[in-house]
Amino acid sequence: MTDAAALQQESVPMSKSTGRRTDMRSRGEPALWSLGGALAIGIIMILGFLALVFSNGVETFIPKPITVVTGIDGTVTAGEPFRSELFKPTPEDFAKASPDWQARIKDANGYANRTLYRMGNFDIYGEDFRWVPDFMAAKIEQPHGLVFVERMEWGPFVGTVKSIKVDGVERPFTTLDDTAFVKAHETARDRSKAIRKIERVGINDVNHALEQERLGLRKVELASGRNSAEYKDAEARLTGISAGLQQRYDALSADVQKLREINAGNTITLAEIGGREKTIEFSALVRAYAANDLSFAQKAGVYVSRWAEFLGSEPREANTEGGVFPAIFGTAAMTLLMVIVVAPFGVITALYLREYAQQGRLVSFVRISVNNLAGVPSIVYGVFGLGFFAYVLGGSIDALFYPERLPNPTFGTGGLLWSALTLALLTVPVVIVATEEALAAVPRSMREGSLACGASKWQTIKYIVLPRAMPGIMTGVILAMARGAGEVAPLMLVGVVKLAPELPVDGMFPFVHLERSFMHLGFHIFDVGFQSRNAEAGKPMVFVTTVLLIALVTLVNATAIVVRNRLKKRFAGSQF
Amino acid sequence: MNMVATLAPYPDTTFGSTVYHLKSGGSGTILDINDLCLWYGAAQALHNVQMSVEKGLVTALIGPSGCGKSTLLRCINRMNDLVDNLRITGGIRLNGEDIYDRSADVIALRKRMGMVFQKPNPFPMSIFENVVYPLRVDGVRDKALLEETCERALRGSALWNEVKDRLDQSALGMSGGQQQRLCIARAIAADPEVLLMDEPCSALDPIATAKIEDLINELAGQYTVVIVTHNMQQAARVSDNTAFMYLGRLIEYGDTEVIFQTPKSPKTQDYVTGRFG
Ligand SMILES: Nc1ncnc2c1ncn2[C@@H]1O[C@H](COP(=O)(O)OP(=O)(O)OP(=O)(O)O)[C@@H](O)[C@H]1O
Ligand SMILES: [Mg+2]
Repeated sequence: MTDAAALQQESVPMSKSTGRRTDMRSRGEPALWSLGGALAIGIIMILGFLALVFSNGVETFIPKPITVVTGIDGTVTAGEPFRSELFKPTPEDFAKASPDWQARIKDANGYANRTLYRMGNFDIYGEDFRWVPDFMAAKIEQPHGLVFVERMEWGPFVGTVKSIKVDGVERPFTTLDDTAFVKAHETARDRSKAIRKIERVGINDVNHALEQERLGLRKVELASGRNSAEYKDAEARLTGISAGLQQRYDALSADVQKLREINAGNTITLAEIGGREKTIEFSALVRAYAANDLSFAQKAGVYVSRWAEFLGSEPREANTEGGVFPAIFGTAAMTLLMVIVVAPFGVITALYLREYAQQGRLVSFVRISVNNLAGVPSIVYGVFGLGFFAYVLGGSIDALFYPERLPNPTFGTGGLLWSALTLALLTVPVVIVATEEALAAVPRSMREGSLACGASKWQTIKYIVLPRAMPGIMTGVILAMARGAGEVAPLMLVGVVKLAPELPVDGMFPFVHLERSFMHLGFHIFDVGFQSRNAEAGKPMVFVTTVLLIALVTLVNATAIVVRNRLKKRFAGSQF
Repeated sequence: MNMVATLAPYPDTTFGSTVYHLKSGGSGTILDINDLCLWYGAAQALHNVQMSVEKGLVTALIGPSGCGKSTLLRCINRMNDLVDNLRITGGIRLNGEDIYDRSADVIALRKRMGMVFQKPNPFPMSIFENVVYPLRVDGVRDKALLEETCERALRGSALWNEVKDRLDQSALGMSGGQQQRLCIARAIAADPEVLLMDEPCSALDPIATAKIEDLINELAGQYTVVIVTHNMQQAARVSDNTAFMYLGRLIEYGDTEVIFQTPKSPKTQDYVTGRFG
């Protein structure tokens, strides 16, 4: 034993006097280790899940090669390999396998591998996915010349291009990069855009104007009765105006019809692997690429254009295709509105509780209640929001301001405003608690310094306390935002819909329509992943949308944290 | 500072048990504390304090820890109003006006006094904004006036040369001594009648302390200064009159030199010679 060790022994009198080791049960370490281990496992699992979601989300839009599988029974399957798994073949399937395969399957305890192919061509096949067991495949190849066509309807088409027709004239098809092809596609898409614009803006305006007139008439009816002179006047005017509007409507419809006819003359004829043909309009073509002949740059181009479509356009095909722009917009608008409501409300409440209220039983009770509010299941808030905000408040607003629209509700049903208010209610405890803590952490010496300068209480709060507490308040608001942006359950009751025809902000007076229902990324994930007809087709969308939602929430948080740290730095001086 | 050359015996007076032998060299009484008693809840912290502060002089409050010096000081600008369960009897007059009168305007009162705390408490804003804060809360918007006031106050607190080039930087980046002088600048920015200082040098090194003591000497005459200190030498150096407090009572109050050299009360004698406290 070295001297140092001897000394150490010396300095631990307990072990010397008792001569026995401390009981394991009286030590904290084992509990600590197991808790730490549990925590580590939890974190690893979450990280793993995030990595899974992220990698799936990122690779979804990469164009995949089209594989053609010729089965031993002669069936031909062409499609993107989607995923593989082990399965137990049925005895009938097993019987079809070659003896060689049968032996291998037996070796693997009766399990075989199979691959899911995304065949597309739903309109021809009636199914767009097919499982092909490995033992059924006689030949697997990736031939040149196959194209992957994304369409506005019926999902993708896998096959070859036979011919194209431009303005009614049949043209030979060369390649997808051929200028004639590209130009025909572009002009057709432009025409579609024009049609959509006429429908969205022109015809919508007409409908809106007509609706306004009709509502005006109803207003007059409610005010002065059906037999009054005013009503007769208004009725006559409505007849006149609606005739004019009808004319405008007809003119617009004729325009649309004309464009449609031109579109019908621009078609592309596709053939699936078995030779069956299908002719679609160029306007129904989203994008086409020769899946097995892509250079790296072309692949990147497809990838980027798919992301652009995803972020910037509207969903198609029951949300399983297209973009999620309305959902991004709805999520952002709702979160923003929520913050606008929750931040001042929470901060003022906390200011009152901490700075003005007489500290006593009542305030303690209020504080405990606020803390407990944070623990109420969110769906309960949804029920409350629907019952109180939508039905009671909204119903009253409708009765007061929009009686002519009844029984159709305006504010009396779920909508953006009620969703934001419901989530504000849900998240306000977070803001209150954080703000109270931040206020309490403002040093007393600073308040006293300000008061000693002759500042009033309000001036002290405004100039000293609030700026000093701002980082803490920001933290609370960030937490509230993150919580609110990710919350879905209550929103399903108070305004989120699967597909909203209009954005809550548009060019129609009064530009911001707080009463409209809206789309939400969180609900979108739920809807596409678990509510849609074709769960398999929606799966990639679920991953991408999840990645997007996580990225958005992270982005919001990161921005807010940066802002908060800036603020903090301003208040952190050198301590002497 | 108005040094009196000879140690003339002042007439001793008493109120209760307090011994008085004030040096009058100021221009009359500015603060008149009359039979002040104060309770924090049930605990009495001040007992019948009777004391008048001479205008234009430096008055030091000394006494062992917990004797009520800070409490007394904070009564003068009504900082104690912030404390719950506080009860006060007796009164304080500033130039003859009762500051505890119901109709008294606390905010206006505090504007007439500057206060410097034991620990520097600069606000989280620029140096400039710190100094002109009393004017800002008064609603002054005139840029020229603010700048002039800032310079005058910073010169007054001997800080101008050190910070004149970084007035727009955060005050929290200054050293402790600079921060304390900044707080003094802030306290004198609004030209108060009385400057209250609660152990202003307790967190400072000797050099910064010396600077602040010089400063107090310079400010005397212009302002009336009431300073709490634990440092006997400091009290002897800077003050004209000294009040010795013990257990919430004012024991002896008079000319600083008398207090330190020939105190009348044995308790004062014990304290200033370092036998307790
Ligand atoms: N806010 C308060 N609530 C209750 N009691 C207080 C409060 N502030 C001070 N006291 C008590 O009043 C007495 C006087 O305190 P005060 O702070 O005036 O002492 P002090 O002379 O300034 O002491 P020190 O030299 O240590 O600063 C002490 O007994 C203290 O415990
Ligand atoms: Mg004190």
